[in-house]
Amino acid sequence: MPKKTSSSFLVNAFKTSAMALSIGFSANAVAQESVHIYNWSDYITDEAIADFEKQSGIKVVYDVYDSNEVLEAKLLAGKSGYDLVFPTARPFVDRHIQAGIYQKLDKTQLPNYQHLDADIMKSLADIDSGNAYAVPYMWGTSGIGINIKKVKEILGDEMPLDTWALLFDPKITAKLKQCGISLMDDVTEVFAAAHAYKGQDSNDYSKNAINDASETVRAVRDNIRYFHSSQYINDLANGDLCVAHGYSGDILQARDRADEAKNGVEIAYLAPKEGAVVWTDVMVIPADAPNAKAAHTFINYILEPKVIAPITNYVAYANANKDATDLVDEEVRNDQGIYPPAETRANFLVIKTPTDKQARNMNRAWTRVKTGQ
Amino acid sequence: MPLESSLIASNKPTKVNWRASLSKKTLIGIPYLWMAIFFVLPFLFILKISLSEAALMQPPYLPFIREIEDGAVTLVINFSNFMLIFEDALYWQALVNSIEIAAIATLLTLLLGYPMAYAIAKAPAAWRLPLLMLIILPFWTSFLIRVYAWIGILKNNGLLNQTLMAMGVIDQPLEILYTQTAVYIGLVYTYLPFMILPLYATLIRMDDTLLEAAADLGCPPWKQFLTVTLPLSMPGIIAGSMLVFIPVMGEFVIPDLLGGPNTLMIGKLMWTEFFSNKDWPVASALAAVLLLVLIVPFVLWQHFEQRQQRIEEQS
Repeated sequence: MPKKTSSSFLVNAFKTSAMALSIGFSANAVAQESVHIYNWSDYITDEAIADFEKQSGIKVVYDVYDSNEVLEAKLLAGKSGYDLVFPTARPFVDRHIQAGIYQKLDKTQLPNYQHLDADIMKSLADIDSGNAYAVPYMWGTSGIGINIKKVKEILGDEMPLDTWALLFDPKITAKLKQCGISLMDDVTEVFAAAHAYKGQDSNDYSKNAINDASETVRAVRDNIRYFHSSQYINDLANGDLCVAHGYSGDILQARDRADEAKNGVEIAYLAPKEGAVVWTDVMVIPADAPNAKAAHTFINYILEPKVIAPITNYVAYANANKDATDLVDEEVRNDQGIYPPAETRANFLVIKTPTDKQARNMNRAWTRVKTGQ
Repeated sequence: MPLESSLIASNKPTKVNWRASLSKKTLIGIPYLWMAIFFVLPFLFILKISLSEAALMQPPYLPFIREIEDGAVTLVINFSNFMLIFEDALYWQALVNSIEIAAIATLLTLLLGYPMAYAIAKAPAAWRLPLLMLIILPFWTSFLIRVYAWIGILKNNGLLNQTLMAMGVIDQPLEILYTQTAVYIGLVYTYLPFMILPLYATLIRMDDTLLEAAADLGCPPWKQFLTVTLPLSMPGIIAGSMLVFIPVMGEFVIPDLLGGPNTLMIGKLMWTEFFSNKDWPVASALAAVLLLVLIVPFVLWQHFEQRQQRIEEQS
């Protein structure tokens, strides 16, 4: 889940139409086999696509989105024209499999399937029985990004930082307010974190639980600068924010940008000890995909350890390929923000899919909290 | 079309007249056809979805006509989406907020746009075209990019704050971005031309001799403006205000990019319904209600305006 925002979806709409225009020109020139891929922005390397085209002779038409919701709307409308998409497993793929919008994988076309991490496959089996539809791509967590120097200056060296208290304790947030705190604009993520902070069950979607989580956020509402799911990357890197709730890879990207800029800003990603939300993005083939065979070819290509390893180096997310880990750069492989140690992994929160009614209640509560109603 | 039929009735149906009436009918027909294809038809689609029920399927709502058992079909119309909108205070609040924001933005564009339109209309003829071009030129850049540019200007370490701090006017950066103020700046900036152009069109057609007559009779300039110019430019004010008010009511991009989390507008709620709740029926019901809220006062106003005109013509 590299980036998520409602607004830059429009930017992408422009990009996509510009792409469509350029594709229109080339389509006339060569009647070549093609595969239409729709993936998160900044979630693959250019080399990976170029090498695939060279190897297979299949032309890749590559579009990007930056929110699961936008992808979902297109898929549910039908006839999206895409052969391969990369949604997040929970709650999206769970719902989509129930809605019957994907086709089953033909595993005989995927000889590289054996490289996948059995533990991750097992973790997906409850939403995708027998792993019939989805192949995991990357996984990561959502936790806290901090500007180490500034936060230590304000809270002192003694204060432990790997805790949701940095976002939900009214006293601590009041101190950090001036320096800037942001929360993701994503009710599932924020409420799960709020529950974890209070030691409650993150998968309780009852009205009482929703009220509790709303109150937890409301108590710090005035100390939050904004709610956004990607803006924090820039703001953390520039030193405009001190604490951000965000995706592991995005925060690590902010860290690298600050390093490159040599602006003295030092960013760290921490998975809170109360539990960080873990998510997996998967590759799935829509039921109405025009070229499902080419989609299989692409999945099999991505499953090759030497293909996926450099992508992990670039996007700063762990892949689901157990044989690729040794090929990942040492620096990335040993980064606990990307490949967390076993004790952190034991505490991960796996989010259950809320029912439509529960999701509606949550979204409504979220609108109220954000707008201060 | 009673006007047209009376025209035909009053003349003998010669060949020429028949042809003229046909071309007149086509002429009137084109805008109606346009309305039907680009307004009525899409609206009917939305209305259809708004009377359905959300479901986990493709597309994500239940069809109108459902087969119960082989051959037997049933037509299901569901009004609960409209009920939900009227029952939940959140939608009402969003509507009131949108009206308030649209009204203030319209007033601000009018206050800023009127003097500009007036100045252009009174400028020497050779200047008018270049001045109008200056109003229109920004339109040649993408709307989205222009709104994004405001982020760069208004943010804490942005152009405006850096300039003011360098000049020593302020010590602390002004918090403008992600506030209501930023939303108004974006709205007024974006919609200003929609106000200026109709105002200019009415002001340029105004008869200057009326002002001369007023002046000859000893009317001071400020009173000339209030009693002559302002009433005569009323059609421009109304047209401009509508062109601003109506789109701002449904605005989504500007409050989303420049506004803070507490900017609650109907456009944003529609986004939430459509994307987050994937409830297309409720989103469509909201769109239908918004359209009614906008169109009913407009139709009423036009109705009274026409009656007023008829009364004036008779007397």
